[in-house]
Amino acid sequence: MTARTPRRPLGAVLARPTVLVLAALWVAGPLLPLAVQAFTDQWFYPDLWPARWSLAGWRQAVGRQSRLTEAVATSIGIGAAVAALAAALGTAAGRALAWHRLPGRRLIELVLLAPVLVPPFAVAMGAQIVYLRAGLADSVTGVILAQLPAATAYATLLMSGVWAGVDPALERQARTLGATPWRAFRETSLPQLRGGLTVATMFAFLISWSDYLLTLLIGGGVVTTVPLLLFATAAGSGNQAATAAIALVAIVPPLLLTALAARQLAGRDTALLGVGR
Amino acid sequence: MTSDIILDNLDHTYPEAAAPTLRQVALHVPAGTRTAILGPSGSGKSTLLSIIAGLTTPTGGDVRLAGRSVLRQPPHRRDLGVVLQRPLLFPHLTVAENIAFGLRMRRTDRAVVRRRVAELLDAVALPAYADRRSTELSGGQQQRVALARALAARPAVLLLDEPFSALDPQLRGDMRALLAELHRREGTTTLFVTHDRDEATDVADHVAVLLDGHVAQHAPPAQLFRRPASLAVARFLGGAANAIPGTARAGRFDCPLGSLHLDTNHQGPGLLLIRPEAIVVAEHDAVNVIPAAITAVTDRGTHLDVRATSAGLTLHLTTGPATPLRPGDETILWLPPTQLSVVAAQHQQRPASQQR
Repeated sequence: MTARTPRRPLGAVLARPTVLVLAALWVAGPLLPLAVQAFTDQWFYPDLWPARWSLAGWRQAVGRQSRLTEAVATSIGIGAAVAALAAALGTAAGRALAWHRLPGRRLIELVLLAPVLVPPFAVAMGAQIVYLRAGLADSVTGVILAQLPAATAYATLLMSGVWAGVDPALERQARTLGATPWRAFRETSLPQLRGGLTVATMFAFLISWSDYLLTLLIGGGVVTTVPLLLFATAAGSGNQAATAAIALVAIVPPLLLTALAARQLAGRDTALLGVGR
Repeated sequence: MTSDIILDNLDHTYPEAAAPTLRQVALHVPAGTRTAILGPSGSGKSTLLSIIAGLTTPTGGDVRLAGRSVLRQPPHRRDLGVVLQRPLLFPHLTVAENIAFGLRMRRTDRAVVRRRVAELLDAVALPAYADRRSTELSGGQQQRVALARALAARPAVLLLDEPFSALDPQLRGDMRALLAELHRREGTTTLFVTHDRDEATDVADHVAVLLDGHVAQHAPPAQLFRRPASLAVARFLGGAANAIPGTARAGRFDCPLGSLHLDTNHQGPGLLLIRPEAIVVAEHDAVNVIPAAITAVTDRGTHLDVRATSAGLTLHLTTGPATPLRPGDETILWLPPTQLSVVAAQHQQRPASQQR
């Protein structure tokens, strides 16, 4: 005889899986046709399923004439630079915000939210003029510099939350034990920042990875990243299979990074991340 | 290696503060000795320690360690050990790694570090805790590790800022004993900041009383109680219960109680101070014997709090719990000359005899 478990109403039993499935569909649903589209060259309305499978789209997307490899390399390069710089700047600025009683602290926090609040088009148009004048247009450096403010703002907001959970007295204690200011930071605060720093770096990379507008205007078509190639392919060729293939490639890094970060953070105190402070 | 500390007319005023925190603080702590800085909260004692540690820059004066001014040196070059009220152990390191921190910063040879860490773990009675996380320890254990960490690199000076005040009273006694033991082993010049007079007199061979940002008296503990330098010091040490106005001259103090014998440098009008514990009941000595009437007796269990009047003045005294005294008794009180001191009356007049 098995032990009798109290019966729960069927609705209660099914509620959780149902919500989970619906949420998954809502998020991943739009991606499903994409995954199918990339592997066919004939899929016409109102067919529920493609008439023929083919790798033609992939051949075009990653073939000899394709610029996808180059675009991915450019995107990763720019993303890495933006992520590293934004994380470093965000760590420094977050420390100042969290540890020092700055005059106009609220105002600074509002300014940091500006990239979220201000319509990106307005920013991009203004930025283009400035970068043209400064001679930074049409260059990778220009694109990195243009993407940096938004990425740094996010990183700063995140890191100030993380810094708020670090005790400034620990660094002072390390100083009295013979540590230089830099060593005191590295040996006492940095180990406690690690989780938040991972998330901030990842965020900054993703902001860069998915940027279209600034890269288009500042890069002037010379700097081709994955989103630019994607739009160009979608608008220019009308080749739906190739477009879908590139789109799938564009999705890979975010998924990969999220998985890596989740592994890194597993077991860590998530309150340290300062999210929802 | 251990060195003396000289504070030379230190001044400090915090930015935008109306009054200075420290005023002309001068102090000499001889090498290898233990000095307590005793003061109420807000007296500037923590600021003083922070200045010596290099975490605060004074607005005036000088700090010399082993004869050399260290004001221009950053904290990590001053060769100090600092223990604050909170243990502040590094949470991501083990107990042994915490203790080894200062040695690692000085690039000490690994074998030496291992030996020194083991030695200190023994000294603070935590030999089995080397690989524990600091967060797994109790408050008292954490503070013991903090002490070991501060001493590991054999600093020239050990600075302690209320290191035991967050601990249970019972534990505090153990920690004082441990500190004395560590001092005997290491011989490090120690400066101990506290607001607790029992702790100060227990831990230190000299006590500097810091009142209102300046050193009001610097003396061995016994002298502090027997010969307070001012009414303020006596008050802070709980010894102003009997303050009798009168006039001092060489070897004598004339007041309503009579012409009392004592040893004082004070000349002219002043206040005679005697601690309630120092008054002896019913003793027939040749000098300083006064008749008195007992007016109140309160049994505190460990002692009796007694009030008596003599020549119209109220005297406070404490006696052993079994002393046969009752209100209304006529008795004889002896004021031992060695226990009497005279201080200047304060400018603003306060009641001459004050309740503790």
